[in-house]
Amino acid sequence: MVAVVEVSELTCQRDGRELFGALGFELNAGECLEVRGANGSGKSTLLRCVAGLFTDYAGTIETASSLYLGHRLGLNLLLTAEQNLMWYRGLRGSADSISEVLSRVGMGGYARVSCQNMSAGQQRRIGLARVLIGQCPLWLLDEPLTALDATGQELVASLIQEHLQGSGAVLCATHQDLQVPGARTLQLGV
Amino acid sequence: MADSAQPRSVVGLFGTQLRREIQTTARSMEEAVNPLIFLFLAITLFALSVGGGVEDLRARASGIIWVLVLLANMLSLESLFRRDYDDGTLEQMLLLAQPVFVPILAKIVAQWCLSGLAMTLLAPLAALILYLPTNELPVLLLSLLLGTPALSLFGAVGAALTVGLRRGGVLLGLLILPLYVPVLIFGVGAVSEHMAGVSINAQIYWLLAITMLALTVAPFAVQAALRISVEQ
Amino acid sequence: MASLKEFWHRLGSPRWFYQISGLWLKLFGVLALLLLVTGSVWGLAFAPPDYQQGNSFRIMYVHVPTAIVSQSAYLVMGVAGIVLLVWRMKLADMVLATIVPFGMSMTVLALVTGAIWGKPTWGAWWVWDARTTSMLVLLFLYFGIYALRQSIPARESAGRACAVLAVVGMINIPIIKYSVDWWLTLHQPATFTLTQAPSMPAVMWLPLAINVLGIYCLFGANLLSRLRLEILRREAGTQWVRDLVARGAP
Repeated sequence: MVAVVEVSELTCQRDGRELFGALGFELNAGECLEVRGANGSGKSTLLRCVAGLFTDYAGTIETASSLYLGHRLGLNLLLTAEQNLMWYRGLRGSADSISEVLSRVGMGGYARVSCQNMSAGQQRRIGLARVLIGQCPLWLLDEPLTALDATGQELVASLIQEHLQGSGAVLCATHQDLQVPGARTLQLGV
Repeated sequence: MADSAQPRSVVGLFGTQLRREIQTTARSMEEAVNPLIFLFLAITLFALSVGGGVEDLRARASGIIWVLVLLANMLSLESLFRRDYDDGTLEQMLLLAQPVFVPILAKIVAQWCLSGLAMTLLAPLAALILYLPTNELPVLLLSLLLGTPALSLFGAVGAALTVGLRRGGVLLGLLILPLYVPVLIFGVGAVSEHMAGVSINAQIYWLLAITMLALTVAPFAVQAALRISVEQ
Repeated sequence: MASLKEFWHRLGSPRWFYQISGLWLKLFGVLALLLLVTGSVWGLAFAPPDYQQGNSFRIMYVHVPTAIVSQSAYLVMGVAGIVLLVWRMKLADMVLATIVPFGMSMTVLALVTGAIWGKPTWGAWWVWDARTTSMLVLLFLYFGIYALRQSIPARESAGRACAVLAVVGMINIPIIKYSVDWWLTLHQPATFTLTQAPSMPAVMWLPLAINVLGIYCLFGANLLSRLRLEILRREAGTQWVRDLVARGAP
């Protein structure tokens, strides 16, 4: 089993409160780990620590390179879906076809549509399309089911399952059940 | 599963970010134009304050233009990273781009085109209404062209430090205006020395040197500052 | 060489620094007191009056040391900033935080004493002289760091942000000084320059030198005492601090 993420003795302080006292866990290739906890228990902070965005912590985090989907959209609303995804493609240096990626998330005809003219759910799907641009071993998803209807949530589940089958790993903060078979749960906070 | 990200060519990465800046600006032209309008509005106020007298304005023209270019630049810097910070694309850029200073530089270049470069192109108009003698105009333009990149570069450091703060606007000015002092001095100095018939080589070299220094230091300072701002 | 590396490594421990700094604090404190009292009394009361400026030049014995130390303090801040950003040393963060008030007050003092010096000499409280203007810009640079720290709530982020600003500021200070100096002396005839040290009789520049040394010792003493306080505050939860407090040690 290849460990994709290894966390040990993780402690951190945010806004004067202590989050995760000496937290430790392992995530292996092909596994999905759901991080649960009440609001403010540090789910987002944990993901940001693993992503490398938050560095004020004690303990060790060893991780493979990751793709981080935060709870902000990550889309410039002034631009079209295509323009947004082309920017990601440029940053990642991949050669995937934008139209195929859009079809995969069910937004096939929306390439030239400005993101501000889409509904919240549609915007989320475009944001989700980012995981299909290039390949990355670890996905860090922060509340991926937000604003998605039932079809959208099934889409997330199927994307995750495909990724796991390809020996990827997923670390996901969520309130709701992902509907991914075999997913473990990590409970934060008391 | 391996990470498929290719080390992207520097030029390609620069182009990707620049294209994005152009696309965004094209859809928010009003925002881009505001600092330029401010420049001329403020010039009007100055002219009014001295009663529009020819000699008064002619003597102060280059100083007025330079100071207002500094202030207008400051206004346009506020939005350099703000939109990307708010919609989450800034942290994506920090995470995905290798090397990070390339898209950062692209953003600064785009901002300079809309502020420093644009103001240089508008300077003849400003010079006209402030009665600057026409044979001083080339020197003014050269000084603006060489000095405004340093304003954008150092200004970006301030913008990066304050992007996460709610009322960052005034603080931004406080942080970067002291750093603007040498550019102001050599910019105005070049015009005034030229008017006095003295060689302006020193001022030109200084402006170039400051811009070179800014080009070396600023991208890394901006990178560090963005990482700090994104943590909040 | 090995002991230098060891020293550097040890600096990473606030506790070790606290233990060794107690002695240095006393040393600097005593020296500062001695030197400043000697220099000030000698200069303000006993040195002969300047033939051009009469007695008003005496304020120089306060003005020059404060001006010199305010600039040096910024440099120390800049260096601390580099150390913080590159090595993430906690002590560097504290140094940066504690220098700002001292540096700002020294700059204000330099500006005020400069004005006091200026009134009888130039006839005006304020002149856009090269030195006074550089001091003013320095004050703004200090204030920027202060304001930035106040507006970022998270302490560690605030420390690093101020470090970035301090480093960028430090790099620019020589350029700012040169440009202000060139521009303002161009436009005004050189106002009084501090009479060159060799041409000032020893009885006049010796108290100045003593005061300069004294104010550096004051800087050191102030820095160490505030650093020690800051260390105690930040490490309040640790065992060694609790033991220290329980023992009632200073």
